[in-house]
Amino acid sequence: MNYRLIIKTIGKLLYIEALLLIIPLLCSFIYKEDIYLAYLIPISIMIILGFIFSKIKCENNKFYQREGFFTVGLAWLILSFFGSLPFIISQTIPNFFSAYFEATSGFTSTGATVISDLTVINKSILLWRSLMNWVGGMGILVFILAIIPQTDSRSIYLLKAESTGPSVDKLTTKLTYSARILYLIYFGLTLILFLLLIIKIPLFDSINFAFATAGTGGFAIFNESIAYYNSVYVEIVIAIFMIIFGINFNIYYLILIKNFKKAFKSEELKVYLGIILTATLLIAINTLNIYKNFFTSLRFSFFQVSSIISTSGYTSTNFDLWPEFSKWILIMLMFIGSCAGSTSGGIKVARIIIYFKTILKEIKYSIHPKRVSVITLEGKPVNESMMKGLFAFITTYIFILIIGTLLISLNKFDFITNFTATLTCLSNVGPGLSLVGPTGNFSIFSNFSHAVLSLIMMIGRLELFPILIIFSPSLYTND
Amino acid sequence: MKIIIVGIGKVGSTLCEFLTKENHEVVIIDSNAKIVEDMINKYDISGIAGSGTNINTLLDAGIKSADILIATTEHDELNILTCMFAKQQGVKHAIARVRNPEYSTQTKFINEDLKLDLIINPELEAANEISRILRFPSAETIELFAKNRVEIVGFKIPKNSKFINYSLEELRKQLNTKFLVVAVDRAKKAIIPTGKFTLQENDIIYVTGAKGDILNLAKELGIYKDRAKKIMIIGGSVITYYLANQLIKANAKVKIIEMDKDRCLELKELLPQATIIQGDGTDKDLLIEEGLNETDAFITLTGLDEENIILSLFANHLGVHKVITKINNLTYYEILSSLNLSSVISPKIITAYNILRYVRSLQNAIDLSVENVYKLINNKVEAIEFLVKNDNELTNTKIKDLKLKENVLIAVIIRGANIIIPTGDDVILPNDRVIIISTNQNITNLEILE
Repeated sequence: MNYRLIIKTIGKLLYIEALLLIIPLLCSFIYKEDIYLAYLIPISIMIILGFIFSKIKCENNKFYQREGFFTVGLAWLILSFFGSLPFIISQTIPNFFSAYFEATSGFTSTGATVISDLTVINKSILLWRSLMNWVGGMGILVFILAIIPQTDSRSIYLLKAESTGPSVDKLTTKLTYSARILYLIYFGLTLILFLLLIIKIPLFDSINFAFATAGTGGFAIFNESIAYYNSVYVEIVIAIFMIIFGINFNIYYLILIKNFKKAFKSEELKVYLGIILTATLLIAINTLNIYKNFFTSLRFSFFQVSSIISTSGYTSTNFDLWPEFSKWILIMLMFIGSCAGSTSGGIKVARIIIYFKTILKEIKYSIHPKRVSVITLEGKPVNESMMKGLFAFITTYIFILIIGTLLISLNKFDFITNFTATLTCLSNVGPGLSLVGPTGNFSIFSNFSHAVLSLIMMIGRLELFPILIIFSPSLYTND
Repeated sequence: MKIIIVGIGKVGSTLCEFLTKENHEVVIIDSNAKIVEDMINKYDISGIAGSGTNINTLLDAGIKSADILIATTEHDELNILTCMFAKQQGVKHAIARVRNPEYSTQTKFINEDLKLDLIINPELEAANEISRILRFPSAETIELFAKNRVEIVGFKIPKNSKFINYSLEELRKQLNTKFLVVAVDRAKKAIIPTGKFTLQENDIIYVTGAKGDILNLAKELGIYKDRAKKIMIIGGSVITYYLANQLIKANAKVKIIEMDKDRCLELKELLPQATIIQGDGTDKDLLIEEGLNETDAFITLTGLDEENIILSLFANHLGVHKVITKINNLTYYEILSSLNLSSVISPKIITAYNILRYVRSLQNAIDLSVENVYKLINNKVEAIEFLVKNDNELTNTKIKDLKLKENVLIAVIIRGANIIIPTGDDVILPNDRVIIISTNQNITNLEILE
């Protein structure tokens, strides 16, 4: 393992995070909040450490897969640690484990919170939470790739470890350009969302909601989340943008280069939109009894479906009161998540498509044992090693869900709470059901549970393996 | 520049390595998806699994906006066809590797009528390289510049040379010949020497100068050998055919040892003046019987690297003056030179370099245009031939007043018919060709100045 290079990369990351923290610092100046130290202390620690790390001499610039995965895994753990310091120093969340949970939830764009009452929180802290959602959504190492020219071509492993979905396509031939284009698209879409929001709601709110929606994070600045506004306009704008940020960013690139044909031919996109449409209609019909009016139930069901499938986790109504059928649909959506290459979490539609095709293939295979068939995605055959990876993924996903639920069960809460809390963290959604539903929050859990859930969120965001390899002894012994 | 490479073998991957280092946009196409994926992981490029003769694949790779297409698949026909497709789609330059001698004789037609810009025949290039070495066997390597008018020659300082511990200044004074040592290879470390540099045994010095002066230097160093007259070649491959043909034209005696009887007959028909021996080239007795002891040069061109290496070691052991080893797999190049096999050639690498040279000559920077690029000392040093296009910071200033970067040396100035080995008082003028030696890779413009 090339530890020197890993430490150097972490050093760059600390600089970037210090730079990001300046934004809430400025905000605290503007609102005259007396918590400057909450930002200044972590900023100075990070700059000092970043400076020391940048002095490390590193002759070997080779970056292999394990270095890439390890760097990303480690980077995110460190990122969340420094991200939690403002919460602790400002005494917003004095407990370290809870603060770490909050920061992890921010960077992994989960949006689960331990803060019971958001109305008493400093505005700069609220902004920091939203900003974490935004940066975490696209990935901070992708950001580093975009702004710092890379010396080694193998840095693609960083992109691979941090972006979502079963395979990574570089948009252009050059990694740096690809990372820049991703961030430009991301920034552009966020800006459009911001402009649409500012028509109806105040500036500070617009900035926060634009950031948190873009990262499909779902940190709100009100206890009631989006329901605070009770505005159809705001709900529709945010719902549509949550869907937009759940779409593979490659499609926006294709649109940018005017390759519309290829963009709209995407199999994953069609299935994704299909799932949203079906789920919305089913829930709208199922909740008709509660809302009495089809359009009202359609409004809430559309918002909730897009919020859950994009793994944002905003709430416009208390869906915990919905019938079991609708709640189960939401849980299914938590599993699925959105498209590969988006800012969302979950298993990803692309993988779900392949799993379904495999099931169909196996059924046909039982009828015609000698039948030859190839599984395709987007018209291209899925090769064997990718298939293996896909099945390892789903098995591990379920396994972590089961073990996670077991560990969370140590709290004396009901099954639905334990299970949905674990699932919502693993899929980076935010709210669950029962005690962690739209009206509840994660402050009810013990320190131990917060640590476990933080880890689970991280595992979910980085798609399992970058975090899991940190705990694999063979990584360290076999030099 | 945007460059598409079709077919990723040794040549393709070597090209990828160098072209990405030089910051070109590279897109690869290969029918093997695994290879494409590995390459994408290794280099900063994009790739498509598919065939170069599929127009949709080419369009996906962005053929319309590409500057160069290089076809290096195993099959000549595929390469030619791919280039024709690409040309038709508007690629600016198309380069094909074509190895079948049958096509090589039709270069003119392929160039002009099929509009391919460069056709590279690896076997022919390898043969050219070998015969160049044989013309001046004292040298370890020879690179030619300025349309073959300037040479950079590598000499190895022999064990008990009287010039050991001489500095280059002293050496020049002593010999009273004009030459310039542009680079030194000492234990695989590349050094751009100053006048104070002292020589040690087994240093390989890279020298440029007038041909007579270089010859004189070789004689003084005690390593001069006459042009190789009696040459033994093991293996009757395509390279053997090209090489023997060239050598026979230069009045050398060529003996070829080949195992396969039919191939022997074929070679005899093609090369009536050569002596063809049918037998096992690895048979020690056969080699001695055929006069290995008395040959001037021994060249191993069998298809097996191991066989070539062992045979070369054996010939070295017997004290044959010049031993040339062909290998395909250059991964172990460093080990070979420690075995004292200094003249090692690889057709694939030569091909890759030739293509690279062509690509670089297409890059027209504003003030200087690259005409030629050579890599010395296992790619650690570059010798670049520039054409100085117009007045700029380089021109009209005495060389000693130019603020050159460290490890950059102006080796030769070619002005019209004159070849100038510059001293500090010489001046570069517009329209001069300048050869610059540097350990900094990828110099394309005025980056040699601080």
